[in-house]
Amino acid sequence: MNSTIMTEAAADLPEDSSTVRGTLAGTESQWQLIRRRFRQHRMARVSLYILILFAFCAVFANFLAPKDPLKVQARYTYAPPQGLHFIDRDENGDWSFRPHVYGYKVEVEPEALRRVFVIDPSKKIYLNWFVEGHEYKLLGLFPSNIHLFGPERKRDPLYLLGSDRLGRDMLSRLLLGTRISLSVGIVGVVLSLFFGVLIGGLAGFYGGWFDAVTQRTIEFLRSLPTIPLWMALASAMPSDWSPLRVYFVITLILSLLGWTELARVVRGRFLALKDEDYVAAALYDGASHIRVVMRHMVPAFTSHIITAASLAIPGMILAETALSFLGLGLQSPVVSWGVLLQEAQNIRVLATAPWLLAPGLAIVIAVLAMNFVGDGLRDAADPYAR
Amino acid sequence: MTLYLVRRLVTMLLTLLALSVVVFVVIQLPPGDFITSYIARLSGSGETIDQAVIDTLRERYQMDAPILAQYWAWLKGMLHGEFGYSFEMKLPVAQIFSERIGISLAVELLAVVVMWAVAIPIGIYSAVRQYSIGDYFATVIGFFGLAVPNFLFALVLMYICYVWFGVTITGLFSPEYMNAKWSLDRFLDFVQHVWAPVLVIATAGTAQLVRVLRANLLDELNKPYVLTARAKGLEKRKVIMRYPVRVAMNPLVSTIGWVLPTVISSSFVTAIVLNLPTLSPILLRALLSQDMYLAGALILFMGVLTMIGTLISDLLLAWIDPRIRLGMVGAN
Repeated sequence: MNSTIMTEAAADLPEDSSTVRGTLAGTESQWQLIRRRFRQHRMARVSLYILILFAFCAVFANFLAPKDPLKVQARYTYAPPQGLHFIDRDENGDWSFRPHVYGYKVEVEPEALRRVFVIDPSKKIYLNWFVEGHEYKLLGLFPSNIHLFGPERKRDPLYLLGSDRLGRDMLSRLLLGTRISLSVGIVGVVLSLFFGVLIGGLAGFYGGWFDAVTQRTIEFLRSLPTIPLWMALASAMPSDWSPLRVYFVITLILSLLGWTELARVVRGRFLALKDEDYVAAALYDGASHIRVVMRHMVPAFTSHIITAASLAIPGMILAETALSFLGLGLQSPVVSWGVLLQEAQNIRVLATAPWLLAPGLAIVIAVLAMNFVGDGLRDAADPYAR
Repeated sequence: MTLYLVRRLVTMLLTLLALSVVVFVVIQLPPGDFITSYIARLSGSGETIDQAVIDTLRERYQMDAPILAQYWAWLKGMLHGEFGYSFEMKLPVAQIFSERIGISLAVELLAVVVMWAVAIPIGIYSAVRQYSIGDYFATVIGFFGLAVPNFLFALVLMYICYVWFGVTITGLFSPEYMNAKWSLDRFLDFVQHVWAPVLVIATAGTAQLVRVLRANLLDELNKPYVLTARAKGLEKRKVIMRYPVRVAMNPLVSTIGWVLPTVISSSFVTAIVLNLPTLSPILLRALLSQDMYLAGALILFMGVLTMIGTLISDLLLAWIDPRIRLGMVGAN
């Protein structure tokens, strides 16, 4: 079987011999094969670009956000989203390219006698690139007050995705929430990866009673309804903890139940590889256990671990979202997608301000994209399998 | 079979014991013992509490005894059906249970039934007509089922029903039937309300079940025995339903094990969004107000339910599949 793959690989290679490594002409490394296989999965490739965009938004959230995500603007509560217009028409009827939005005017709803904001097309608010706004630290290091875009006059309202109960800009909050929610997923998976690889690896490599105990523990943890248990653990946190501490404890709690799947994968791979001849050879050669594991076994299934980890991230994000939504996860002023959706719990609020559901769309897109990338990785992880 | 049953029951008892330890740890997690914080909360809101009551409580939960004795006292109470007292609601936990457990179970079981009833035909269709438009449609819907969190689905459903049809889908009963006795009218009212939570809870699980069944059936359909049956002149429909579907269903039975925890988890969030009179909102309130004994009892209870469900599924599987019964597969 190997030889057919090699000829195939050789056929696809460019003539340039600088890409050819090794003594046998036309051998590709495992990673090259994986990358090629991944590229064939169209949905996975598109999803990867989407995720890169999400990551970009997360890293440069402050720069991209037109308004201060935490600034309360009592004058604009539940302001509806403004449409973005690009072509401007001045008094003479001349057309020009000038991005702008319309301002608001207040109307009183006749039945409920409630103040509502409606878009007022007579007020134009022009937008500019790289305007000065609230202070922030780019990448957490460089203080700056330049934002990608914003209203020409600093005090004009700009709510592309509407505003919430306290008149805060949803777009800016969504951008900031992307940072927190994505990082919870990644940090949580890194933590569970640590537990999973350590425990699963020991269980798979040494077997015996430790393996038995691990197996029972995993079965036990998987038989529990996770959300109530997560909630119970999260609710035990004292309310006076700092947001950063809460953030880390929440990710720790998520990974506390999330490591089981990864441990299962790692254990399975260890069991499969333990009896391979090259492992036995290395052991008889006098190599230490740690060397055999790190040098000979781990490289053989790194791709499997990466796959399992990437499939675990969306689960973590969904769990954090659910916890925060119920009020037991991250707390305001920390902004995550779940915290944002907490604002949209009430049907009456939803009916007045449906744009509060926007973070939900972000969750669905992110989770779908992660699932597709995970699927693509899974197919690519074992490039020798047919 | 008897041996299998005994082994399975022993495992379950041990698991339950493990669960009770976990729950007890959770109860102990909040700083300070809970009676102290309870008193603090009461005096904070201007109420006073009788010293005699405090003493009875301390005695009851053996607050001053070592931790193991506390655990034992708590576990003994649980076994005797004394689930404790909810300080938040000023009711015995057992009473709260008995009022709400029926509704909780009804909604969850209904969701499981709907899940299977929907997933099996769709799964068979997707596998038999692989890569047809219907199959792609099912796959796309399935992906959304996995990606949309329950509470978000519930919120969107709530919004659509309210804005487009003017219906509020929260709760399980109309106001006039809220506290009424069971009658045909009340039952019909229940049926009119229950579809929304069942739909929400069933979606994610259905998507996964369809995926499992489709993959299993695709494996089976290409096996020679299917071709043989067809070659003998059996109708295609009969062949599929009689042989490969039955084989493909087998692993599906074992999925009850994870379906139940999923259902309980998702019904939990859904019930809170849709404001159902089930146990879940009680648990949330208990957790938010750190009424840990009530919360502990509820979590233990949910765990027990899950385990009973898993036991039933394992027994079903052993009954269907002799390899498991004889300890060839399930033993290790």
